[in-house]
Amino acid sequence: MSPLNIKKGSSSHSAYDLRDYHEQGTERHTLALIVDNEAGVLARVIGLFSGRGYNIESLTVAEIDHTGHRSRITVVTTGTPSVIEQIKAQLGRVVPVHDVHDLTTEGVAVERELALFRVVGKGDVRVEALRLADIFRAQVVDSTLDSFVFEVTGTSSKIDAFAELMRPLGLEELARTGVVALARGEIDAEIGMA
Amino acid sequence: MKQEQMTGAKMVVKALQDHGVDVVFGYPGGAVLPIYDEVFQQNRIRHVLVRHEQGAVHAAEGYARSTGRPGVVLVTSGPGATNSVTGLTDALMDSVPIVLISGQVPTFMIGNDAFQEADTVGITRPCTKHNWLVKETDRLASAIHEAFHVAMNGRPGPVLVDIPKDVQFASGTYIGPDAAQTGHYAPKVKGDIEVVTALAEAIETARRPIFYTGGGVINSGDAACKLLRQLVDKTGFPVTSTLMGLGAYPANGKNWLGMLGMHGLYEANLAMHDCDLMINVGARFDDRITGRVQDFSPGSVKAHIDIDPSSINKVIHTELPIIGDVAHVLEDLLKVWKSRGAKTDAPAVKEWWEQINEWRKIDCLKFEQIGSTIRPQYAIQRLEALTKDHPDRYICTEVGQHQMWAAQYMGMNDPKRWMTSGGLGTMGYGFPSSIGVQMAHPDALVINVAGEASWLMNMQEMGTAVQYRLPVKQFILNNERLGMVRQWQELLHGERYSHSWSEALPDFVKLAEAFGAKGIKVDDAADVDDGIKEMLAHDGPVILDCLVERHENCFPMIPSGEPHNKMLLGEAADTDNAIKEAGAVLV
Repeated sequence: MSPLNIKKGSSSHSAYDLRDYHEQGTERHTLALIVDNEAGVLARVIGLFSGRGYNIESLTVAEIDHTGHRSRITVVTTGTPSVIEQIKAQLGRVVPVHDVHDLTTEGVAVERELALFRVVGKGDVRVEALRLADIFRAQVVDSTLDSFVFEVTGTSSKIDAFAELMRPLGLEELARTGVVALARGEIDAEIGMA
Repeated sequence: MKQEQMTGAKMVVKALQDHGVDVVFGYPGGAVLPIYDEVFQQNRIRHVLVRHEQGAVHAAEGYARSTGRPGVVLVTSGPGATNSVTGLTDALMDSVPIVLISGQVPTFMIGNDAFQEADTVGITRPCTKHNWLVKETDRLASAIHEAFHVAMNGRPGPVLVDIPKDVQFASGTYIGPDAAQTGHYAPKVKGDIEVVTALAEAIETARRPIFYTGGGVINSGDAACKLLRQLVDKTGFPVTSTLMGLGAYPANGKNWLGMLGMHGLYEANLAMHDCDLMINVGARFDDRITGRVQDFSPGSVKAHIDIDPSSINKVIHTELPIIGDVAHVLEDLLKVWKSRGAKTDAPAVKEWWEQINEWRKIDCLKFEQIGSTIRPQYAIQRLEALTKDHPDRYICTEVGQHQMWAAQYMGMNDPKRWMTSGGLGTMGYGFPSSIGVQMAHPDALVINVAGEASWLMNMQEMGTAVQYRLPVKQFILNNERLGMVRQWQELLHGERYSHSWSEALPDFVKLAEAFGAKGIKVDDAADVDDGIKEMLAHDGPVILDCLVERHENCFPMIPSGEPHNKMLLGEAADTDNAIKEAGAVLV
């Protein structure tokens, strides 16, 4: 047996980090990247995911600080804990990436997604669609005599659920923004308007 | 800092001069003509005209790896840029600092499928650390300064600055390197002192320790190599190295085990497998090193010193990860370990050495030269014997069996003396690389150990060597085969030698002469020494065509998909079915 004081397979990340790095369970993580708003930065991030075989479940990007030329990219990805760690390390190497935050592990985060639904129908189904939309606090943003466009904001699962309900009621078209997320509580200066 | 107005083309040359660049490897073309015009009108930077842009990047790699300074390349748009992609990828894999300046079609023509237009920043995005398309002349100077900063800081690597022709012609404000904004790219160089202390503790109690060192030690600089040597000598621990790290610890040092890995030495691999403390200094657990990951050194605690956070826990889980520059971390480690009394478990380490010496008795590199057919190992051994005492020797290699034999039989006693394509395995790397080394060290002995197939991949650079009177020695082990491919076909494809030989090889002596160089041919073991001496004596580029045994295999070898302790030692070993189905899918 090794006489060394370090336990084999232990991790120096934290004494409370009880994850087993050899287990192969897949996790879903929401990452927030603060990047320079320059040509090609999104291609660098996406190219890293495709080139190294990582998953992208959803991705949103927009400028958040015009004078500072900063954009925020929110990526929802899945992978084993070791793959997630590798994704974060690889993202951290990209020169125009300033910060990589794992909102799934850094405390609690609020996640929201916006979706637009075109639902076409007449009579009872139309009434039912409108009633369900009300329950989901959906906004009616466009209406004709035989169609609605609903706007729903919420978690991804809420949007999934609404889509399932609308499908038999004449759902014709659906557009989703992908997830945006912010850490709850006191603002971390680095993750805000850097 | 004084601000000056000048054209973009002039800015390029001025910026290179401000970074102390003395040599540029390049090839002109329409989209870089303004820059070439500025190169023409100055004398501080020498331009080396290569014969193919791939050669330019490899030459710059040779220059960079033998000096520790960035290698600079200048190419045109379109094919100029695409031809350099292999070199950039090679430099990325082996962490070589390269600054490549490429011309681009004018900004107003980008996207129109203009003549010699290619999406250069798009194509090179995955094979550079970072790249820039500069669309305003005012941004050009800062982009070039940032490029040098990114190439040289953190884990070194290639960068590319793409400059449209109208940006080269237009005037703008030049700012000096000190005024440029480079601050935000600042990788951490100091290691976490708590983990460094934990490693010092581990060194005190380890019974079967080993240093496993890599190219990161050499990239970190001469100070890192000195500190490594100190640490190894003071602890008395054995040390092995990857292909990229040869020379960081001297091959004639008493704790040296030789190279490890797929074709590494038996004692080095068994020591890695059986150790209880593995101290990885600037290496990255490459698959050529680990073999079967699940069985890699199963009983050891692993420490990993690396400047690149993404190298940590990528392949092998590490109990003691230290993110930082090797020199900084080793300095702290030595300080902490000494302040705690500089202790080791000497009796246990002595026993460990006894075990290692038992393994050494296998003498895994032994071979016999019988008869007149030259065995490639013999040729390399003689080359080593006749050149090892040269005060200023540099060795380049191509890729394949000869590369492994050179790593096994030649000893590097200093860093930056060994130029080889490790990560990407680029055939055709060695010859242009030797040109770059010789440009940086005009009076040194520069030898490229090559195979005939690799050498032919960039043979056009013979023109460059002759034009610039670079006395590079091309030592070609000619087995008329793609030796390593042939070996794998023998071991795992039922000896079906699919396209692993060429029937129309040139006469290398005539080829050398056609370029105005010297050619020597040796095909008898008795003549090897004379051939080598004649090669060394010639003051100019020279090819030694050394015809060797055609069916020699490179041993020892860890068959793919097997752990370190399952090495094949030689022809006597049972090589039938040595590689199982699961291993055959690996390369």
